[in-house]
Amino acid sequence: MSKTFSKDDNSVVVIIGSGAGGGTLADELTRQGVDVVILEAGKHHTQEDFENDEWAMFAKISWLDKRISAGGWHHTETYPNLPAWIVKGVGGSTMHWSGLALRFMAHEFKTRTTYGHVPGANVLDWPISYEELAPYYEIAERKMGVAGTKASGLPPMPPNNHYKVIEAGARKIGYKDIVRPVASNTRPNDGRPACQQIGYCMQGCKIGAKWSTLYSEIPRAMKTGHAELRPQSMVLRIEHDRSGKATGVLYADKDGNQHLQKARVVCVAGNSIESPRLLLNSASSMFPNGLANSSGQVGRNYMNHTTAAALTINPGPVYMYRGFDIAAVVSDEVPNNPDRGFLGGYHLEGLALHLPFAAAFMKPGGWGREVSSALEKFDHMSCVWVCGEDLAQEENSITLHPTEKDQHGLPIPIVTKTDHTNDVAMRRHGLAQWRKLSEAVGATRVIDMPPYPASHNMGTNRMSEKARDGVVNKWGQTHDIKNLFVSDGSQFTSSGAANPTLTIVALAIRQAEYIAGAMRRREL
Amino acid sequence: MKDDQQQAAAVPGMRVMEKRVTVSRRAFLKGSGLAAAGVTALSAGSLMLPARDALAAEFTHLGADIGKTLLVMARDIFPHDKISDRFYMLAIEPYDAAAAKDPALATLISDGVAQLNALAQANFKAPYAEVPTETERLTLLYTIEHGAFFQKIKGDMVTGFYNNKAVWPLFGEEGSSWEKGGYIARGFDDIDWLPKA
Repeated sequence: MSKTFSKDDNSVVVIIGSGAGGGTLADELTRQGVDVVILEAGKHHTQEDFENDEWAMFAKISWLDKRISAGGWHHTETYPNLPAWIVKGVGGSTMHWSGLALRFMAHEFKTRTTYGHVPGANVLDWPISYEELAPYYEIAERKMGVAGTKASGLPPMPPNNHYKVIEAGARKIGYKDIVRPVASNTRPNDGRPACQQIGYCMQGCKIGAKWSTLYSEIPRAMKTGHAELRPQSMVLRIEHDRSGKATGVLYADKDGNQHLQKARVVCVAGNSIESPRLLLNSASSMFPNGLANSSGQVGRNYMNHTTAAALTINPGPVYMYRGFDIAAVVSDEVPNNPDRGFLGGYHLEGLALHLPFAAAFMKPGGWGREVSSALEKFDHMSCVWVCGEDLAQEENSITLHPTEKDQHGLPIPIVTKTDHTNDVAMRRHGLAQWRKLSEAVGATRVIDMPPYPASHNMGTNRMSEKARDGVVNKWGQTHDIKNLFVSDGSQFTSSGAANPTLTIVALAIRQAEYIAGAMRRREL
Repeated sequence: MKDDQQQAAAVPGMRVMEKRVTVSRRAFLKGSGLAAAGVTALSAGSLMLPARDALAAEFTHLGADIGKTLLVMARDIFPHDKISDRFYMLAIEPYDAAAAKDPALATLISDGVAQLNALAQANFKAPYAEVPTETERLTLLYTIEHGAFFQKIKGDMVTGFYNNKAVWPLFGEEGSSWEKGGYIARGFDDIDWLPKA
């Protein structure tokens, strides 16, 4: 069962983070007999700790260490210290994720080729194609139990009220590609029960029907006898030797005591803010600009999707929160069609809120009858989240604060984001389409909302064919340091219009195959 | 399109919430996670006062005048005409105990109320809570809305009021569902007013 490794054991793969990337990697490596030590900054919660309560769970599982929102985006005013809404804990953001498991489209891997040069953006093709990733998407859909996919064999999630009202509007305005591939069991599967339409999926699935590495991959990895999980272990820096090879990681335990865990391979999967932050904080005399940063691209090209949200007041009751949190997802706007006035595409994703979050996000800072009269119709509401392609821009970035330090003495991260004109045009289009869709079923009022704090964070250690354009190669291996890998969404070269989790999992499965093979061949 | 009530009566298929208070006062206090421990039953003397003054009298530290000002302000910030003062009281009541322990908060509130009342006197010759119309009171709130006092009260109201489980039924929010087996047998798919495809 659970194993303990010596800190001097330099044969282990150290995985930093236990979410979609790190958790999957641990599972896939251990099943191939590779020994891993998982260092997770957050606590080890269990389903016992999950409550059907938005604010209580926000306080319990969110990454609330100080961060600063900077740049031209709305968050500098609305969420100045909460640029991103992600999780600190075993299982990472797979506790909070909505469960929506969408694949990228083929053109989204070839954005530079498809879009051409885009002024003001730093668009680049991925070094892999959709065809190369497709088999791993299949495995991911099976592993995660994505309802309604051929790979999982699970029936589709049954439509709830929120699904039906959105689907009806979508069909009325001519949309046809209405989907709902969600990683939640529609019958008992993989030792987990079937969805009971509880809702509160983003507060941690109380029964474990929705996939999370917390209760799928992590326990499975532990059972192999090849894994050790160390929660409340915040990695401070990655160490290297004179040849420039990674040798281990320095981390602080829950009491602040520091430990050095030696490693044969180091995999960074701390999400797109912490992962580049760690590489930057690991600067040394040999690598003064941070590890794996010869390109200068570590922390650059931060993408969090072009998003917007809106609440619709329908003519009759909906109770959008009854049932699975993701309702109908309209995919008709995903293909690239520059005639709309922007490059790339977007999904219209029905995403339920309860009253407390509807009140908090509808009009941050707002008050008066404009707000209260809308909330009186909470039971009539449907809610959309627009999730669209966010073009990489170099100046959108994770940087280190020059003076302010966190509880570990590390510089706090500054998250800088400014919209590209493409984002503005796409957001406007998405909200207008949602309004049409809503009015088609008789909506009396549609309230546009500013983007929420970003749960999708991508691109800050991006993949590239050439070492000068990005941080990692097509395996997520850093161009500069052979035994240092990036295993989370920060590898993404483009954001696509898809929620990132499925792609993170597919990439981690593929990366594990590569790492295990390279270790067997003694290349690592 | 029929309104809610007609619909609930005419179409028994959809399980519709009535949006009124159904809990006892005891459950109401118990269910309110954010209410201060100091929320108590009304004292005998307070029964002699009009309802709003009786509620405000519970502000033993900051005083009834401040309590009443905050209560009216809370209503003006998120006005729901069918929701009684006592629900607003639950959102602002914690300030009394908090201010007793936190001098900076006590000053922010008492100075803020004093400034608001001075504005009200200058414009309408009455303290804020006695300015008769919402429209008039709003002109005062617009004057102070970017200040720290207003921002504090408004910011806290977002959770103090809307995250109070006691008010949820008034909005059709059913709250925690896992202990009831979710909605799989309780209307997750019972919408009945959509036009047929």
